[in-house]
Amino acid sequence: MLRDRLREPPPGPFRPTFWRSPLRGPWLTSFLGTLLLPAILIIVFTGLISHDAYHPELGRNALVNQSADIGPLIQFPASWPSWIYALTQGLHVTIGLITIPLLLAKLWSVIPKLFQWPAVRNAANALERVSLLLLVGGGLFEFATGVVNIQDYYPFHFQFVVAHYYGAWVFFAAFLLHVTVKMPTVLRAYRERGVLKPLRDDLLHTRPEPVDEPGGLVAIAPSKPTLSRRGLLALVGGASLTILVLQVGESIGGPLRRLALLAPRGRVFGTGPNDFQINQTTAAAAITPEMIGPAWRLSLAYGSHKVSLTRAELESMPQHTHELPIACVEGWSTTQHWTGVRLSELAARAGVPAGMPVNVTSYSVQQSGSFRSATLSPEQVANDRSLLALYVNGVALSPDHGYPARVIAPGVPGVHCTKWVGSMRFSA
Amino acid sequence: MSALLARFKRRYGATPWHLLAHVIAFAVAAFAMVQLLDERRWVNFLAWFIGAALLHDLVLLPLYSAFDRIAHSRVGRLHRSRRGLRGVPIINHIRAPALISGLLLLIYFPLILGPAEPHYLLATGHRPEGYLRNWLLITAALFAVSGVVYGVRVWRR
Repeated sequence: MLRDRLREPPPGPFRPTFWRSPLRGPWLTSFLGTLLLPAILIIVFTGLISHDAYHPELGRNALVNQSADIGPLIQFPASWPSWIYALTQGLHVTIGLITIPLLLAKLWSVIPKLFQWPAVRNAANALERVSLLLLVGGGLFEFATGVVNIQDYYPFHFQFVVAHYYGAWVFFAAFLLHVTVKMPTVLRAYRERGVLKPLRDDLLHTRPEPVDEPGGLVAIAPSKPTLSRRGLLALVGGASLTILVLQVGESIGGPLRRLALLAPRGRVFGTGPNDFQINQTTAAAAITPEMIGPAWRLSLAYGSHKVSLTRAELESMPQHTHELPIACVEGWSTTQHWTGVRLSELAARAGVPAGMPVNVTSYSVQQSGSFRSATLSPEQVANDRSLLALYVNGVALSPDHGYPARVIAPGVPGVHCTKWVGSMRFSA
Repeated sequence: MSALLARFKRRYGATPWHLLAHVIAFAVAAFAMVQLLDERRWVNFLAWFIGAALLHDLVLLPLYSAFDRIAHSRVGRLHRSRRGLRGVPIINHIRAPALISGLLLLIYFPLILGPAEPHYLLATGHRPEGYLRNWLLITAALFAVSGVVYGVRVWRR
């Protein structure tokens, strides 16, 4: 008797008659899933590129425990265009944001499954339900933590980078599993209903899909449609387009920056040569005027050989100017004209024999905080466009932009362009 | 062999490949989870991980569905038969701007409502000013565009 009662679903969302939308069905979910697939692949791929762009194999660059991490898989040559990291990370953040409407629509389309009754049908079904918790929990976790991180909002206590990285592993494992397991369902939906055919129906011709299975996605007591399937997709697309317009200007710049009305770093604060976006102010880094005043020296070291240079001595070395972006992991970037001394010439000054590949670790004079040192690879040091910048746009760097000297190099994450550099150590 | 396979399918509910795929994916996920357990704040991580799914499925989705239903019944009453002027339904012209505006708030609330301010100010040197105003103006623009499109549709009918 108890068994019979358990077979009967409890009232509310567990009853199949509770779900009324005439649009839900295997075709709609398949189509939304098909659109999500390339977006997720781009986000995961560019995320991995960013992880490797930090060169975790060098010095103390790694942000996650190296003994348990896979080695770098994709690293672009330093000779590639300087905007390569701005591009991949701009894609990561922008595609991530414009995918949110699609993700929410996809979750809306499958919500009756959350309340399936009986809650577990068999062992296979139990495993699938656990995998869906990893998929949905992992997906929403990745999107939520990414979205708050780009706004400098940290309502959690864990370390963002570590959690976002390993959360992605959980999510992507569940994602690939989901694609594999659901592929036959998707193919069947397309075979039976056509890939695009249901998009031809206007509101008058919008009918529910045929009831698929007991406890499936199709409503058994559907209400009258108020929106066609293409209308739903237009709504999703309209939402994505709105986010794109309000966001992408902080990555691309130019006239689009004026439209980036909600982008965290969309604004320009003035017309001066130093009035571009700052990632960490002197106040945040606890940089005092004494630390970067006349007593400041740049110490260069190679093995036991040490050299100390004043700013005037650096200014008297050959100066080179390059147009390079600061590209932040948060997706925004800003391209400026930087002038300073080549890292390769500083290496020579430190006593590195000509032509010898060395990496360099730059240490900021700041006493605490993350990213106060970063190591660049031998290839990055050797690149002609890699500078220790003294000037930007023809004037001295402002304190917030790293005066007296900062690193700037093509295609590296912004936080590796160490500001307020006090010492540089070259090593083979 | 096929008898064995049939028995497996009956007892497990799917093919052995299904089981294998799940074991592989769970192993990768477990590896990643173990890395996070080494972190000091793993309880907070788990709370966020599971909380994200629960918050969406049990709060956010029912909330916007309820709003939609209320709006729908109100608009329906307004037009007696769920139809708008000259038979052009108005509901989607309210739904679309409302949903997009709500989504923008959901994404950008740390800057719009201000909880991001302390850290944002330290990082950028500026207060996150103007985001609330921009969001309100964008919301107004979305409703205005939607209204104009509705007007055009009514006029052309």
